[in-house]
Amino acid sequence: MSALIEVQNLTLKFKTDEGLITAVEDVSFSLSKGEVMGLVGESGSGKSVTAKALMNLNASNAVYTPESKITLHTDNGPVDVLSLKKPSEQKIIRGGAISMIFQEPMASFAPAISIGKQMIEQLQLHGDMSRKQAREISVEMLDRVGISDAAKRIDQYAFELSGGMRQRAMIAMALSTSPALLIADEPTTALDVTIQAQVIDLMKDLVNEFHMGIIFITHDLGVVAQTADRVNVMYLGRLIEEGPVREVIRNAKHPYTQGLLAALPKLEDLDAPLTPVPGDIPSPLDRPPGCVFHTRCSKVVGPECSSVMPQERRVADDHDVACHIYNPELVGQ
Amino acid sequence: MTDTLIKTDGLTVEFPIGRGLFKKQMLTAVDNVSVEIEDGSFFGLVGESGSGKTTFGRALLKAAPISSGTATYSDGDVTYDLGDLKGAELTDYRKRAQLIFQDPYAALSPRMTVRDIIAEPLEVMGLTKSRAETDERVREIAARCRLNLEHLRRFPHAFSGGQRQRISIARALVSGPRFVVADESVAALDVSIQADVLNLLKQIQAEMGLTFLFISHDLSVVAHTCDHVAVMYLGRLVETAPTRRIFAAPRHPYTKALFSAIPSLDPDDRGNSQKLIGEIPSPTNQPSGCKFHTRCPHVIDKCRRVEPVLEADGDHDVACHRWKELLETVPA
Repeated sequence: MSALIEVQNLTLKFKTDEGLITAVEDVSFSLSKGEVMGLVGESGSGKSVTAKALMNLNASNAVYTPESKITLHTDNGPVDVLSLKKPSEQKIIRGGAISMIFQEPMASFAPAISIGKQMIEQLQLHGDMSRKQAREISVEMLDRVGISDAAKRIDQYAFELSGGMRQRAMIAMALSTSPALLIADEPTTALDVTIQAQVIDLMKDLVNEFHMGIIFITHDLGVVAQTADRVNVMYLGRLIEEGPVREVIRNAKHPYTQGLLAALPKLEDLDAPLTPVPGDIPSPLDRPPGCVFHTRCSKVVGPECSSVMPQERRVADDHDVACHIYNPELVGQ
Repeated sequence: MTDTLIKTDGLTVEFPIGRGLFKKQMLTAVDNVSVEIEDGSFFGLVGESGSGKTTFGRALLKAAPISSGTATYSDGDVTYDLGDLKGAELTDYRKRAQLIFQDPYAALSPRMTVRDIIAEPLEVMGLTKSRAETDERVREIAARCRLNLEHLRRFPHAFSGGQRQRISIARALVSGPRFVVADESVAALDVSIQADVLNLLKQIQAEMGLTFLFISHDLSVVAHTCDHVAVMYLGRLVETAPTRRIFAAPRHPYTKALFSAIPSLDPDDRGNSQKLIGEIPSPTNQPSGCKFHTRCPHVIDKCRRVEPVLEADGDHDVACHRWKELLETVPA
C-alpha cells in the first residue's frame, strides 16, 4: 500500500502571552490509502491540533519547527502541506484532497444558509461544474448517507434536522468532493449511543465504498475498537504507542494505554473496581521533563523516566511504544 | 428493610409551547412516571436525549413544574409533598436536596474563589453563624472531596476538569443534603478522570449516607455505580430493576437496543449487534400506543394502538406487550 500522508517530526508550538506552549512534540506517522487510523487521547493530548496541522488549519500563532514535515501524496505528486501559504494553494488540500468532520454538527453548518446551498457552494469551489450538476451530486450524497427524501431535505436549514441527521449531512458534504483523506474529529461524541452506532456503521460502509484514508479522532477506545485498523495513542503532545488495533487493545504496552483501558467501566464484570489513572494531566505550560507521563505513572523504572524522553521502540510486530520499561539497558539486566 | 426517600406516583411534567390561536399546546416531557428511590441507594436513570430524564430529576428538585401526579420526599425528620411545597418548607427542602451539574466549566463562576464558591450555599441559606464556622465547614467538605486546601484561595480557571468537578461536588454537599441529583456528572470528563470522580461519589455516598439520583446516557458507567436502574423513553418509564438483573437480562426491546449499541472493546466483535433504526420521535408529535413502536424490531399491531402499562414482576418492572413472549423466543 502506498502512503497517502506522511507526518515527520511534527512539533507545533503556540505563541501566547504566557510564552511558547508546546502542543505537539516530535510526532511521526503515516497513513495508507483505505486505512482507518484511530487517534486516541484525552483532552489536552494534542490530537485535534495534529489533525488540524494536516490541513494547515491552525491559528496564526502556531509555530512549526523547521524539522516538521507533512507530505500529502496526491495524483499530481507530493504536496508539502506546511509550505502552502496562499489561499489558492490551500484549496488543494482544504476540502479538496482532505475533508474534515467536526464534533458538533450544529456549529459546523452556517445557521442562516440552507444545507444544500452550502454543499453546492463547496462543490463549485473545488470542481468545474454547473449549479445543477452540483445539486444533483449533493442530493445523491445525502441519499447515500441515509437521509430520506433527500431532494426535499437539501433545502432545509441545519436547525431543522436532528443531531444524527445533521452529522449525516456533514459526512455527505465532506465526502461530496471525493477527498483522498477524511479527518473525523470526535464525530460521534455529541450523539446518543443508538445514533452513534448508526453513524459508525455508515462510516464503515463509506470506507469500503470510497476507499479513502480516515483519521478517526476520539477519546473512546470502544469506538476505536469498532472502526480503526491502526491506533495511535497520544499524551501531552507525544505519540506514546502505535500499532494494529487488536495488538494495542488486547496487548497494550504503555502504562498510560493500560491505565486508559483499566479506567473504562466494563459490562462483563460489574464487580471489577474502576481504576483511575492517578492525578491530573499536567498543564501544557508546565510540561514534565523526561517522559511526559512520569508524573502519573505507576511503573517508573528509574531516574531516566524524569530526565530522558524515551524513544519509540518496537515491542511486537508493527507495534511501537515509547517507554523506558522496554529499554533493555534500563531494566531486566 | 430500607425506607423510601423519594416516591413519585404518576408524576407528569408538561411545558407550554408556542401560542396556538385557541388553546395553548402542551409538551409532555415526563409522562406518568412512578418510582421509589430507597434511602441510601444509588439510583440510575438512563435514556437518550429527549427522553425526559433531566426534567424528571429537576421535578424532584422542584426546578420543573409538576403538572399532575405526586412526588413525596420523606427522610424520617420531615415529609414533603413536592407538588405544593413553598415558603419556609421549600427553603428547608433546598438544604436537603441538591444538584451536581454536567459541565464543570460552566457551573463555576470564574470571578469567585473556590472557597467562596463552596461557601455560597451556606451563606445564602444562612446555615452558619460566623465566618469562622463557614470556613470550617468549607474546609471539612473540601477535604472529603479530596481538594487541596491551599487551592481554596484560587479561581476555577486554574483547575483541570476533574478538579473542577470535585469543586462542584463539594459545593453541592456543603449544605449537608440527603438527596443529590447528579445530572451527567461525569459525561464531560476524560476516562482516566471519570473513574476517579465515580469512585469519589461512591465513597462520599457511603460515608455520608446519601441517596443519589444518577442521570446518565452511559450504560457502562451506570452499571458500575448504581444499585437500581430505570430506563426512560420519550417521557415514559419503560423498564426498572436492580442493576444486576437488568444487565443480566434486559426485557424491554429498547433497553436491549441500548445495551447492544455500546461500542464493544473487542475489535473482532464488530457490527453483529442489533442496531436501532431511526431516531427518537419529537415529543411534540408523539406516536400512538407504545411510544417505542416506531423503532421497535418486534412491533405488532397492538403496539400501535394500545399503550403498555408497567408490569411488575418481583422487583423487575417492564412496559411492553410482548416481553414475556420475547423472553422465550428471542435470546437476550
